[in-house]
Formats: sequence, structure tokens, C-alpha cells
Amino acid sequence: MRILTIVKQVPDSNATIKVKPDESGIDSAGLKLVPDPFDEFGIELAVQLREKRGDVEEIVALTVGPDKAAEALRVALAMGADKGMHLNDGAFDLTNELLLASIVAQAIKRDEAGFDLLLCGKYNIDLDSGAFGPALAEYLDIPHVGAVTGLDVSEDGKSFEARRRIEGAEEVVECGLPALLTIEKGLVEPRYPSLPNLMKAKKKPVDVLTSAELQTDESLQVATQFQSVAPPAPKPDCKFVEGEPEDMVKELVRLLREEAKVV
Amino acid sequence: MPNTQSPDFFDINSLLSEDERQVRDTVARFVDDRVLPIISDCFENEKFPMELATEMAELGLLGPTIQDFGCAGLNQVAYGLIMQELEQGDSGVRSFASVQSSLVMYPINRWGSDEQKQRWMPALAKAEAIGCFGLTEPDGGSDPGTMKTIAKKDGNDWILNGAKMWITNGSIADVSVVWANTDQGIRGFLVEKDTKGYTTRDIPHKFSLRASITSELFFDNCRIPDTNRLPTAEGLSSPLSCLTQARFGIAWGAIGAAMACYREASEFASERILFGKPLSHKQQVQVRLADMLRRITTGQLLALQLGRLKDEGRIHHSQVSLAKWNNVRMALDIARDARDLLGAGGISVECCPIRHAMNLESVITYEGTETIHQLIVGREITGVAAF
Ligand SMILES: Cc1cc2nc3c(=O)[nH]c(=O)nc-3n(C[C@H](O)[C@H](O)[C@H](O)COP(=O)(O)OP(=O)(O)OC[C@H]3O[C@@H](n4cnc5c(N)ncnc54)[C@H](O)[C@@H]3O)c2cc1C
Repeated sequence: MRILTIVKQVPDSNATIKVKPDESGIDSAGLKLVPDPFDEFGIELAVQLREKRGDVEEIVALTVGPDKAAEALRVALAMGADKGMHLNDGAFDLTNELLLASIVAQAIKRDEAGFDLLLCGKYNIDLDSGAFGPALAEYLDIPHVGAVTGLDVSEDGKSFEARRRIEGAEEVVECGLPALLTIEKGLVEPRYPSLPNLMKAKKKPVDVLTSAELQTDESLQVATQFQSVAPPAPKPDCKFVEGEPEDMVKELVRLLREEAKVV
Repeated sequence: MPNTQSPDFFDINSLLSEDERQVRDTVARFVDDRVLPIISDCFENEKFPMELATEMAELGLLGPTIQDFGCAGLNQVAYGLIMQELEQGDSGVRSFASVQSSLVMYPINRWGSDEQKQRWMPALAKAEAIGCFGLTEPDGGSDPGTMKTIAKKDGNDWILNGAKMWITNGSIADVSVVWANTDQGIRGFLVEKDTKGYTTRDIPHKFSLRASITSELFFDNCRIPDTNRLPTAEGLSSPLSCLTQARFGIAWGAIGAAMACYREASEFASERILFGKPLSHKQQVQVRLADMLRRITTGQLLALQLGRLKDEGRIHHSQVSLAKWNNVRMALDIARDARDLLGAGGISVECCPIRHAMNLESVITYEGTETIHQLIVGREITGVAAF
């Protein structure tokens, strides 16, 4: 079995995000970037599958992004991936998930041995869009199961059973491989890349692909058009209602009716 | 815009290699996820978080500069950054890693026999064995040359008698690197936990480094085979060169404690409204924050150049003394001032400055008191030892 795990480099969720004055994007100077935590679930899952099963021949980690994104790839390699693919070209617009999916699909098709299992996060924490995984499966014409919370791959490695949470219930999906899964929080707990493994990761091979090898489909450039970003509006002041519960309820209703004008 | 938040005002980040940055970020994440959520509780209840020892080992934080035994083989700057990040968490956690790496693995790797290395190094790297370093005695830690612990040769063995005090990890150690006087001068011995006549007792009622174990060690006619002596360690210079390693790490570690205190103080100052304005809009508060930033930035540059000198093999121990003195004093002053800026809330263990301030009271004393480091630099200037 060959596994591809896709990892995007995103701003750290603890970082203070500053929006550029012209609202054309976020200010990346000094911004701390990390591998997307949801994508890390995918890497961890791949490594655990190898540890549990005898038939995982290779784990490849793929990222799209500028030179700096190599750091995210290195974390994936330190966690246990065997080799990397880095799609690095200014033309690969990181805010257009449909375009990204088409580029990644081309890169995957160039790999002759092919992949049985493709893994990525259920969405990336930078855009919160979640379009990438399903779009990639569509381009590759393989099945996709989203936001997976449980997984059993069959002994022969030809099919799997995945669980996912749906409104008030759990859905169990049976499906053949190859397939693409996007991973929900809770399925696995990602390991830290150890420092010795981080050093060894430098020696693992990484193929770099650019727009010389991968076409950016013009028609997709309109799929998502990035308009502007703005910081969230400041929170309005809080008002605390005090007193006995009965009076508090009365006062609250009065405020909702007379001041907030919502009831 | 200069980074006043983390803080990294002079963009030291850009002076680091990718390896160094990635090591720092990995440890920072570990500290955020694993140390910070539990550390105030450990401090309050005087508990060493043993589970972190295993986790630090898995991450490769023990003996990280060593090339063999599954260790990472990092450079000295990366080692310094590990210490800085650990001490953003707590000086006690950093002390654990310092002792295991610089005071136990370093001497065994440098002066140990092959047999000693094979036996201890892989286990120490994995935290399957814990080590401690016994140099200080009850009477006058600043003057270790006058130590009273003695080892007398008896056939192929040594008979060890004496006591050590203020020993980090003492009671949890599987192996103690113990320094003792012999007919031929000071020698180092590996004393194993179950050696007959060897006992330990924890030192209670500490107001500092409460998340770290500090113990007394007692040796009552302990029979130590000569194969447990570090064969090539001779004289006081051997333990002192261990201390140079550890002090180097402390010079970095202290920056982490200071950064954590500065961040908490500056966040508080921007949120706290007094006399109609955030505290951070007051002149006097800005001067205080600016002074913290000035001193942290100075300490960061000092530590980085110290690390580069060490990586080039050009470091002198008096440079390490100056850095330990400067950076620990800087961190202690900042921790105390940050504590004050936080007002009454600042006396609670919920806020980090008081914990750091109390911890740093140990850090400024151990591994050579501030006075001792000043005297080491003074001797370098004048050529006269004035201890
Ligand atoms: C939490 C903690 C953990 C420790 N862990 C370890 C450990 O793992 N292993 C280990 O071996 N030791 C350890 N120590 C011991 C530490 O290194 C010693 O406490 C330190 O070296 C000082 O020795 P002392 O306490 O005996 O003070 P003293 O040497 O008695 O000094 C007392 C005072 O005299 C000052 N002084 C000393 N000499 C002079 C002079 N010539 N002129 C003027 N003033 C002078 C000192 O600066 C100090 O203020 C630890 C200490 C602490 C607090």
C-alpha cells in the first residue's frame, strides 16, 4: 500500500494575525507558520497504519507553497513520511482551493506507482473552507469520505470501513481503495517530530515541481476570487444583569425588548 | 515592524539556521501543549512532573548535542534554544534537562569508559535511567575544592564516605555522578542507586524550584568498584567543565523565563484600565516595559554570540560566567518587576511571574552564585583570583 498525505503550511492558531492596511491579505512578516493541525492527523494516521500493518510500502508527503513551506514538509518527514513532493511556484494561488486541487491531481498522476490511500485534514485552519479534499478526489475520480473519526482498513488492503459523525448519529461507510479521506480531530493524536528525526528528515528526498511541470487551468482562476480580508469587529461592551433571578429575568427581557430590540 | 510580542526586537530569528528555528519551534510547541497546562499545579503542590521526563526523552531533549546513542547531534545554539523554550515553561523542568544532559550525560560521554557509556548513555537519553550530579556539600558550595567527601582505595574498589547537598534529581536518580577527594586529587564516581550505604533524603520546604526535586545524598562506607570511576576525569577542572556546559544552557534558559514574564506583563498592561486609560498608556509603565525589552534583547544577542563561539570551539569559561550573570540577573529583575506590574493578581500562582521570580532565586544561586561569576570575570580582568 502507498499512502499520500497532504500538508499545508498555515499561520499558527496562537499567532496574532495582522491584516495589511489595504486589506489585501494578512501581514506575513514575522508570522509563525506551522503544518496545519488537521493535516497532521493525516500524517499521523499514515504512520500509525504503517506501524500496525506490514503492507505499507511508502508514505509520501505533499505540500503546495513557497520555499518556506519546506518546513512543513520536513515535519511530515520527521513524523515518519519517507519522501516529499513540494509544489512550489508563485502561480499556485494558495487561496484558490479548486485550483490547488487540480495542480495536486496533476502531480499525483505523474507518480507511476499510484497511491491507494490519500489523506488530508477535513479543512485547513487558514481558510476554513474544506473544498480541497473533495475537489482533489473529484479530479482523480476516486471516492472521498469526509471528516473521518474512525477507520479500519481491511486485511487485504483493498477496502476500508470509515466512521463519521453526522447530525445525532454516526455514519459507517464501506468503500474500496483507492480513496481519499479527510480527517476529523480525535481520530489520532499527532506525535511530536523528535529532534533526531528532524535532523534525519533533512536527508530524505523531496521532489520539487513547478508550473513547468504542472499547468494552472485558466478557467479555475475565477473559481474562487479573493476579495479582501478585514479584522473581526471589536466586541461590544458586555452588560451584566444583577439581582435576584426573578428580577434578572425581567430586566433581561426589558433590555432585549427596549435596548437590543430583538423581542 | 520589530517583533515586540514574543519578543524578538532585533530579529534574532533571522540569524538562526532553519535547523535551529525548527528545533526551537518544536520545543516551544511541546512546552505550550504539555508543560504550561500542568506547571502551576506542580509548583503549588511541590511535585516534579515525572511523565514529562519520558516525553522530553521521546522528543530528543536529553543529551541533544551528543552524536551517538540515538541522540540528535545538534549544535550548541540549538541546545541553548531548547533550554530557552523549556524555561519559558519552568526553570524546574529546564533544570531536569540541564542536569541530565550537561551534568550527567556530558561527563559520562567525555570521561567514561566504553562499558560505562554503553550501559548508561542510551538509557539516560531515553529517560529509562535518571541521573544526578553531586558536587555541592553542606559546607560551602562556592568552594568545592575543599570538599569533604572522600574515596579511599581498597583493592580494586573505593570506599566512599561523605554527604552532598542541594542535588537536583537526587532521590530519583538511578546513577549519581559523585565527585570526591582521593589521594590523587578529585575524581568522579558513578554511584548506582542500590549501592549499600548510599541513601538520599529530599529537601522539603523550598520556596523555589518547587517542580524540581532537590535532595541530600549520604555515603556511608559505600563500596564502589574501580570500573565505576570515570577513568579520565582528573582534578577539580573536570566537574568545573561540566558546570561550564550547564551554565551555558542556563544563560539561554533565563531568557525564556524573562520572555514569559514580559509577555504576561505587557498583555496585562494593555488590558488593565486605570484612571480611564490602559496601564500601557502611562509613561512610567512604558518605561518599565521598554526596559524589560532592552534587557531581554541584550541577553538574546549575548546568548547567541556565546553559542556561536561555543560552536566554533572558541569559547572561554569566563564568557559563560558573564552571560550567566547577566542573563539570570536580567530575568530575575524582570520577573520581580512583572510581578509588581500585575498588582495583587501577580502574587497568585495563576500568573507566571511570581513562579519564575521564585525559581530564579535558585537559578541565580546554583551553578555558581552571581558573586562567583563576577569574581571569575574579575580574575580575567586583573589576573588575580579574589575569591
Ligand atoms: C535548587 C537548587 C538545586 C541545586 N542543584 C545542584 C546539583 O544538582 N548539584 C550540585 O552539586 N549542586 C547543586 N546546587 C547547589 C548550588 O550549586 C550551590 O548552592 C551554590 O554553588 C552555592 O553554594 P552554597 O549554597 O553552599 O553557598 P555558599 O558557597 O556558602 O555561599 C554563600 C554566599 O556567599 C557568597 N560568596 C561565596 N564566595 C564568596 C567570596 N569569595 N566573596 C564574597 N562572597 C562570596 C555567595 O555568593 C553566597 O551569596 C543546587 C542549589 C539549589 C538551590
